[in-house]
This record gives sequence, structure tokens and C-alpha cells, in this order.
Amino acid sequence: MDILNAIVALSNFVLIPAIAYGSQLALGALGVTLIYGILRFSNFAHGDTMAFGTMATILVTWWLQSMGVGLGPLPTALLALPVGIIACMLAVLATDRVVYRFYREVKAKPIILVMASLGVMFILNGLVRFIIGPDDQRFADGERFIVTARGFREATGLQEGLAIKSTQGITVVTAVIVVAVLFWFLNRTRTGKSMRAYSDNEDLALLSGISPERVVLVTWLIVAALATIAGVLYGLDKSFKPFTYFQLLLPIFASAIVGGLGSPLGAIAGGFVIAFSEVFVTYAWKKVLGYLMPEHLEPSGLVQLLSTDYKFAVSFAILLIVLLFKPTGLFKGKAV
Amino acid sequence: MKKFLTATAAVALMASGAAAEDVKIGILQGFTGPTESLVGPMAAAMEMAIDEVNASGKFMDGMTVVPVRGDSTCIDASAGTAAAERAITADGVKGIVGGTCSGVTGAILANVAVPNGIVMISPSATSPALTTAEDNGLFFRTAPSDARQGEVMADILIEDGVQSVAVTYTNNDYGKGLADAFAASFTEKGGEVTIQAAHEDGKADYSAEVAALAAAGGEVLVVAGYLDQGGAGIIRSSLDTGAFDRFHLPDGMVGTSLSDAFGTEIEGSKGQAPGSDSEGTKIFQEMGADKFDSASPYTAEGYDAVALIVLAMQAAGSTDPNVYKDKIVEVANAPGEPINPGELGKALEIIAGGGDVDLVGATGVELIGPGEAAGSFRVVEIKDGKFETVEYR
Repeated sequence: MDILNAIVALSNFVLIPAIAYGSQLALGALGVTLIYGILRFSNFAHGDTMAFGTMATILVTWWLQSMGVGLGPLPTALLALPVGIIACMLAVLATDRVVYRFYREVKAKPIILVMASLGVMFILNGLVRFIIGPDDQRFADGERFIVTARGFREATGLQEGLAIKSTQGITVVTAVIVVAVLFWFLNRTRTGKSMRAYSDNEDLALLSGISPERVVLVTWLIVAALATIAGVLYGLDKSFKPFTYFQLLLPIFASAIVGGLGSPLGAIAGGFVIAFSEVFVTYAWKKVLGYLMPEHLEPSGLVQLLSTDYKFAVSFAILLIVLLFKPTGLFKGKAV
Repeated sequence: MKKFLTATAAVALMASGAAAEDVKIGILQGFTGPTESLVGPMAAAMEMAIDEVNASGKFMDGMTVVPVRGDSTCIDASAGTAAAERAITADGVKGIVGGTCSGVTGAILANVAVPNGIVMISPSATSPALTTAEDNGLFFRTAPSDARQGEVMADILIEDGVQSVAVTYTNNDYGKGLADAFAASFTEKGGEVTIQAAHEDGKADYSAEVAALAAAGGEVLVVAGYLDQGGAGIIRSSLDTGAFDRFHLPDGMVGTSLSDAFGTEIEGSKGQAPGSDSEGTKIFQEMGADKFDSASPYTAEGYDAVALIVLAMQAAGSTDPNVYKDKIVEVANAPGEPINPGELGKALEIIAGGGDVDLVGATGVELIGPGEAAGSFRVVEIKDGKFETVEYR
């Protein structure tokens, strides 16, 4: 019984939140890694691209809600998501046309593109705050829980409750579908193959007749879709606030680098590594250990390695360790 | 031209002659910055008290009280200090009602009021740190310290039979001060604080914080935060994970936006905020009703702060801060004739006749310890998803 209680407590406070958070990070990191692999620069504007797509989705969600349209138990935002993706696609294509294309044509060094993306980041950031405001926005509706803590306790008779929010379920399911489609696209379709070829060796790809502008266009479209989906899932699960999306940039980059920049598989692995270490290191293990250990060994302290305030420090530390000892990341991406 | 100069000089002479009969009181409040919407009605309440004194004509054999407004801001200590310096040296105020926020109030007290020997009464600074500030007996406040709130909060929980609580607070002076005061008081009364953890405002996700709180356990979660900020996020996440379903809510959390957000989900949770059901409060609110928003927070405290200074001057027969500072506690507390708002003229008369007064005022002023209000609190409970007042203490 105690072992069951320990497992439930661990799942409730560590495993389930970390899996949901990891999926959101993985989707974000996939976008970063695709841009790095194909356009060859670190896109600092990614967090704010997520915010822009999410903002568009929220606005459409509100409109749908006011019209009385909904998905029943599922959040209305899922219905608005395609519109948000299209808005985000238009936005990134516009920035590509106005900013990045010029630097591509003059074959600017990657660091110049990085600085340009920094500028894009500030502009998108300001734009989002201007349109929707700097405050918290909640747009989740529909059924809130798949399993409620109280319901679980009553059904199983255990001391610990287990709650699974429907947004956590939706996050994981959506992430699995999106990743499956993405990998099918990259590995099986002509366009996907041409993107990988372009990423591996630009000159050879040009020689074999691959149109660079087309590859860039498709990359941006995919990145916009990934960013919007990641942003909306994060916003549904937690809440939408432009500043927190800007802050997400750090764990997202950490995930992409830990996994190996340019490697899609690495981005997913990196997302989960970062999410799990953030939660594991800042979790207070007292309760779980209390169930598992014999009574006289029960810990009296909280058994918490780091206070939760240091969450971001954890992703920083992992980032540093990886850069020092394995700069190519877990999955042999490009060296940074 | 010559005539004009002579005339100006004559006017100036007359003006300074008149000034000898005036007593200036500095109204040093945060007219700009985060508290600007609160300060408007507060300053109006203070000036209402001054008007009442002047109308009676019984203050120090017919002297008049003149308010001098200054902007102490709420967060800019150097601007507040400069404003206080100017009020004392240029305007010659004999007492200060201010400042509005705890940080600036502490700075003005240490840098200006104490060196210049000026009495200072704050109607709204609640930080416990001010209780122990070095003040030469010059600093008072008509708002209760958060240390007092911590004590009241501990009493409420102990009386409800709560043995152990987890505490989370917003990571600033207010949250930390209140949480420390509460934890000390609760432990002293025999309760157990399992964890005392800070949370940052404005985050999207509080599940990690709640996980730590849940691991520590406790019957009730005390949330010393803000209702539109992290405090609400903590409660949401606690309810979602089933970590806690009963909460205790101090003044920063009591408001309709919280009960609207959670309703019956936090049924039975209690809280407290400064408030009083005394007759004085009702009289004060009626007096001010047509002049300003008299139900706005800290207006009643503002009225009482001015009344204390004026009555103490009268009792000491002097406007010298170092003389009348000793009379402030005397006029605030029993024994003596109880004085409600609107009776300041009567109080001045009693004192002039050698009698003793006990200012009840708009908040039921009772100064304790180093000259701060004992304060009365309104205890609220969530019933049917709404805050309801259950008692005053």
C-alpha cells in the first residue's frame, strides 16, 4: 500500500507535470533545431513567435466563445488553432521577407542573423503586448480534468490523490501526433528529404537542383506551426503571459542544445531531459521517501535539493555541462 | 514702482505675521506612483479633520491648522526624503502625517524625521520592521502592523483547532514580514509550521512550488500573497493536484476577484483584513460621504492620524514635536472621555478645561507597544462561494 502511495504521489507531483512540460519544451525545441539545421542560425525570436501564434489563437478562441461555438469537453482553442497557425505563418514569412532574406542573399555570418533575430524578438514582443496586453490571459475551457484528485482517492482508497488535467492529456496526445507527422514528413516525402539534404550539405543540395527559397519557405511554415502548437499547449496547461513566453527561450534552447542542435530526435530527448531535471531537482522528496522507507528512517527535513526559485538555474547548469563536455549534444548535432 | 515694492513688503510682513498663528502639518503621501488611487481619498480625509478643528476655533486659543501637501511617492525613497526635508525646512511643519508605503516611511523616519525631531504618524505603513525602527519616540501609526495581523491569524487558526500549516508568501517585504510574524506567533501558540516557502509573482506555473508545499504537508495552506497574482496561481495549482483544499487568506488575498475565481472550491477557508464595525467608522463614513470615497482603505486611519497630532498639541499646550510627542499615546488611549469623529471640537474644549480624552476616532484607535495601532480585523469565511464577515477581532 505504501509503495502504491509513493508511486501515486510521485506521479501526481513529478511524472505527470514533467511529461506535459517536457512535451511542450520538445515542440518548442524542434522549431529551434529546424531553423538551426536549415537556416543556420539560433533564432532568439522563437519564444516570441510562440507568443504571437498563441495570441492569434486566443483572439480567435474568444471570438468563437462569444459566438457560442465550442468543442464540448475539449478546449475551444483546439478549434482556433489552425487559424492561429496561419496567422503565425504569415508573421514569420513577413519577417523572413523583410529581415532574414536580405542577410541570406549577402551570405552574412550566422552571428549577424542571430543579432537580427534578437531585433525581431523585441519587435514581436512589443507587438504581442500591444495587441493583447502584458497581463495573464486564461482561455482554457471545456472539461478541466480527466482524473480528479478527490475522485481518484475515493475510487482507490489510497491516501494520495492523482490528478490528470485534460490539458496535460491533450498536450501529450498532440505532441505525439505532431512529432509522428513531422518525422514522416522529413523522412518520407520529397520536400522533407530535400530539407534534410539542404541541411546536411548546402552546396551539394544546390547542385542537385533543390530550390533554396522553397526549402526556406517550407521550414518557416513548419516552424510557425510547431511554435504555435507548443505555445497554445503551454498556454492551455498553464496560462498565457507574453513575458513567460520570452522566459521560455532559455529552457527551449537548453533542450535543443542538450539534444544536439540540428537533430530533431535530440530536441525531443533534450526537452524531456530538461523538464525532468528541473522537476526532480526542485522536488521535495519527503513524502515519497516517507512512504518507502521504514518508519525509523523517515526523513524529517524536506529532502529538497534546490528551492523551486532555482528552476531556471537547473537548465543553465545542464546547458553548461553539456557545452563543456559534449558540445555536440546527446544526439550528435552540430557543434555550437 | 516704489509704491508697488512697499506694498509687496507690507503684504509679506502681514503674511508672516499671520503665519505665527498657524500650525502647519505636513500631509506627506504617495500622491504619485503605485498608491495614487488610494491617496486621493486619504488626503481628503486628513484635510477634513483639519477643517473640523479650524471650524471649532478652539485649538490653542484660536490658532489655525494649515495642511501642507508633499509627494512622498511609494517606492522612491530619495524623492520621499527630499519632500519631507522641504516640508520641514522650507514650510516649517510641526508634524508629518505619512508616508504611505512602508519602505519610504522607514527612509523618511531615519533620514529626516528623527534628525529634525519631527513627529510622524503613518496611516498605512504596515511592515513589522517599523515596530523596531529607531525613532526616539517620534513615530506612530494608526494602521496595525502586519506583526499584529500575524498574531490575529494564528489565533483564528488555533481556535479552529488547526495543528499544522504550510505557509507560502509572495517574495517581497510585505509577504516575508507577514509570514515571519505569523510563523513565530503560531509556533509560540503550539502550532506547527511545516514549511515556509516564497513564491514569485507573475509565473505561469506554480506546480513545483505546490509540490514542495504538499510534500511538507499541513492541514491548511496559508497564502500570504496577492489575489490577482501568484496567490491565486498557488491556490489553483493546489486544488488541481489535490494538495490542499483549505486555505487561510490574509488581507492581500481578500477580495471579490478571488471568490469569483474559486467560489465553492475553497468553501470553509477563512481570512482576515483590517476593518472595524465600530460606531466611529459609521460616523466617519457618513461625514465624508459627500466629500470623497470614505469607504476607501486607510481613509479612516488618515483622519485619526491628524486628530492625534492636533489633540496631543492641545494636551501639551505646545506645538513643539519633542514636547507633544509624549501626549500622543495619552490622548489615544483610555482613560478619558471617548471621542468619536466629528467631536474634535468637544475634545479640544475638554482638554483646555484640564480634562482627559480617549480618541476613539474612525478606527477605534488604541496605541500599543511602541505607538502603533492594535488594529481591529474583520474575519471572513468563504460561505456558498462568497466572502462573508463572521466576526471582528
